[in-house]
Amino acid sequence: MLKDQDRIFTNLYGMHERTLAGAKQRGHWDGTAGLIEKGRDWVIQTMKDSGLRGRGGAGFPTGLKWSFMPKESDGRPAYLVINADESEPGTCKDREIMRHDPHTLIEGALIASFAMNAHTCYIYLRGEYIREREALQTAIDEAYDQGLLGKNAAGSGWDFDVFLHHGAGAYICGEETALIESLEGKKGMPRMKPPFPAGAGLYGCPTTVNNVESIAVVPTILRRGAEWFAGFGRPNNAGTKLFAISGHVQNPCVVEEAMSISFEELIEKHCGGIRGGWDNLLAVIPGGSSVPCVRGEKMRDAVMDFDYLRGELGSGLGTAAVIVMDKQTDIIKAIWRLSKFYKHESCGQCTPCREGTGWMMRVMDRLVKGEAELEEIDMLWDVTKQVEGHTICALGDAAAWPIQGLIRNFREEIEDRIKAQKTGRLGAMAAE
Amino acid sequence: MLRRLHSEQPESFAFTPANQAWAEAQMTKYPEGRQASAVIPLLWRAQEQEGWVSKPAIEYIANMLDMAYMRVLEVTSFYFMFQMQPTGSVAHVQICGTTSCMICGAEDLVAVCQDKIAKKPFTLSEDGKFTWEEVECLGSCTNAPMAQIGKDYFEDLTAKGFSQMLDDLAAGKPVVPGPQNGRFAAEPKGGLTSLTAYEADKPQYNASAELATAIGDSVKRIQGDEVPLLTPWIGKDGVVAGRAAVNAPPKAPDAPKPAAKQAAEASKAEVKSSEKPKKSKSKDTPSIEASAEVEPETLSKPRGGVADDLKLLKGVGPKLEQKLNELGFYHFDQVANWGDAEVAWVDSRLKFKGRILRDGWVEQAKTLAAGEETEFAKRAKKDGLYED
Repeated sequence: MLKDQDRIFTNLYGMHERTLAGAKQRGHWDGTAGLIEKGRDWVIQTMKDSGLRGRGGAGFPTGLKWSFMPKESDGRPAYLVINADESEPGTCKDREIMRHDPHTLIEGALIASFAMNAHTCYIYLRGEYIREREALQTAIDEAYDQGLLGKNAAGSGWDFDVFLHHGAGAYICGEETALIESLEGKKGMPRMKPPFPAGAGLYGCPTTVNNVESIAVVPTILRRGAEWFAGFGRPNNAGTKLFAISGHVQNPCVVEEAMSISFEELIEKHCGGIRGGWDNLLAVIPGGSSVPCVRGEKMRDAVMDFDYLRGELGSGLGTAAVIVMDKQTDIIKAIWRLSKFYKHESCGQCTPCREGTGWMMRVMDRLVKGEAELEEIDMLWDVTKQVEGHTICALGDAAAWPIQGLIRNFREEIEDRIKAQKTGRLGAMAAE
Repeated sequence: MLRRLHSEQPESFAFTPANQAWAEAQMTKYPEGRQASAVIPLLWRAQEQEGWVSKPAIEYIANMLDMAYMRVLEVTSFYFMFQMQPTGSVAHVQICGTTSCMICGAEDLVAVCQDKIAKKPFTLSEDGKFTWEEVECLGSCTNAPMAQIGKDYFEDLTAKGFSQMLDDLAAGKPVVPGPQNGRFAAEPKGGLTSLTAYEADKPQYNASAELATAIGDSVKRIQGDEVPLLTPWIGKDGVVAGRAAVNAPPKAPDAPKPAAKQAAEASKAEVKSSEKPKKSKSKDTPSIEASAEVEPETLSKPRGGVADDLKLLKGVGPKLEQKLNELGFYHFDQVANWGDAEVAWVDSRLKFKGRILRDGWVEQAKTLAAGEETEFAKRAKKDGLYED
């Protein structure tokens, strides 16, 4: 298990002082100017060496992403935009950073912006996090007051501003180009790529959009060294990671652990085990709503990192938001609820997604009740394949995958329910 | 879901003075000409003040941000947090219903709402105190099931406890947000498995619950003076450092700037510091700002019944001329006599931040009042710029 001294978010639960003084006691804002003095190339190279992969779900290497930003300004300003629109069902990790350990994020914003030649950073926070916004703004105000932001931020010679912006309850604004649209005061509809944000993003200027956790770990990585961070987890899956475990475990929680921890260890050490024991585990969604679910028996030995979950189980680590479901759960209904979510959150721009999400939800609706024909399962599979990959952004894919996961892993349950409904008798599964 | 303007709309909308000052401060977060970025925060503030977003509010904000009404309406209807119909006088209750909460008992909470408030969402309860809806994931999944009431998250709920909470809210009793089962935040309920060092001296509440109890505005319709207005990004010199740094990169200045440009920048900086809300820890920020303004002399009607053609000032169109007339300005010499404080007074009423100085109205008016012509006036007359 990860030792406390190796944790980056040492005030994750907010039990220590949340103020700047408290953050300094815990080692943040220590020698920030010195890190910046080592130069842009050093920062980016260290991030590359650390092996940090973006914590927002896609897992793109952070250092590499930064290196896409133009080295010299062509007269346009560059922007860092921090994606704090945490809306993926199951995900609630960034909230803990912003309300309880906000200075990790603010210090990270300064260093990352410097590395990308940006003097301005916008943090796009989801609208519902009202207290988190107040907590983070208080931390920002404090940092300005102490000269850590503003002109000559933290004595580094870099002029830097952090602005807190918020949305108003649209999941799609977690997609980077939709977020940029929303930040410009429009409806959050994703843009076509290319041009990528690093070429033309916010206000048409070079922009990098990073997740809160990706930015907040930066100062600690730079202070302790790339090797230290890369020492956790399997190769290509380096570092420590916030896991948010919800659903049917004894003690749901958010906890920082080393990557590549086994699922069993994660659950046993921190969550007090599965409700009703391991035999009662039905299914797990290992990375937030957008990744396919996995049958319980395959999960016990699973390694919680990007490559294993994708390669071995056909799922994904996503945001490391683990939703655990025991055998008392109606799995079809649980996935139907996700279909309803995606239908609600589709921005309506691309037809396959706008129409497809509603269509998929309505078929799922019937599968939940069992009032369907067996052929409709394959028809539903077909539709998910027609939505997937045919939209501007990944919301269409995200809506299709949970259903595909359900059909792949729980086809029997769906068929049983349909048969039971037809014959008026309970199927073999339900009679157990 | 169909989202459109409510059938019954109020007559008018205006921000309270404190909210107005707050809204104007928000606009300074974005670069010149990008004020539309502030539309979501401003709409949200309007909803915090009124409980929902009405058509007059949409128009008011569109005018503030120089946006088409339609653009603001489409933003309002796109984002689900904006309520487009009146909500309960005490609170609008939002139950998170997405999978993590659903499998932990969110349906029981919905049943409580249906029983206590109204069968259907978005419907006022009989006493008019509550409305409810089921919303999508609120991002507090390890504390499921949960609900957002007003501004605050109530987590780890049970149907019984939630029902009691609604009763307490209806009776005006205080309720403390945060986990309702004795947890502190998002740590394991059975005891800490990490970060045990600080447990002994932990504060009473987690950060969210602490702010909620300290400010006490959970379900309040806000006036804007609940917390002091701070704008730390505007430095003591009135300059937003990060923005200025881009305009003048530190490496660049090989050639000295022309003196005229330097002077222009200096005067711009002055404007900024006088017009923007100052950083202040006191609660009465708006009145501080107001004291920097001085009301200029105004007339109730033009002298001799004939007004000057204020449109000859560059930057003034028919709309602005009408507005100036309404404020009591009809003649060039009136404009010519404005000092900084007077400009600030007019500026704050026209809602065109900085325009007066940017276009140099006062200088133009001096020329015109002396009977001479400016370049723009000559052209405007020649081209018949404002003739129908």
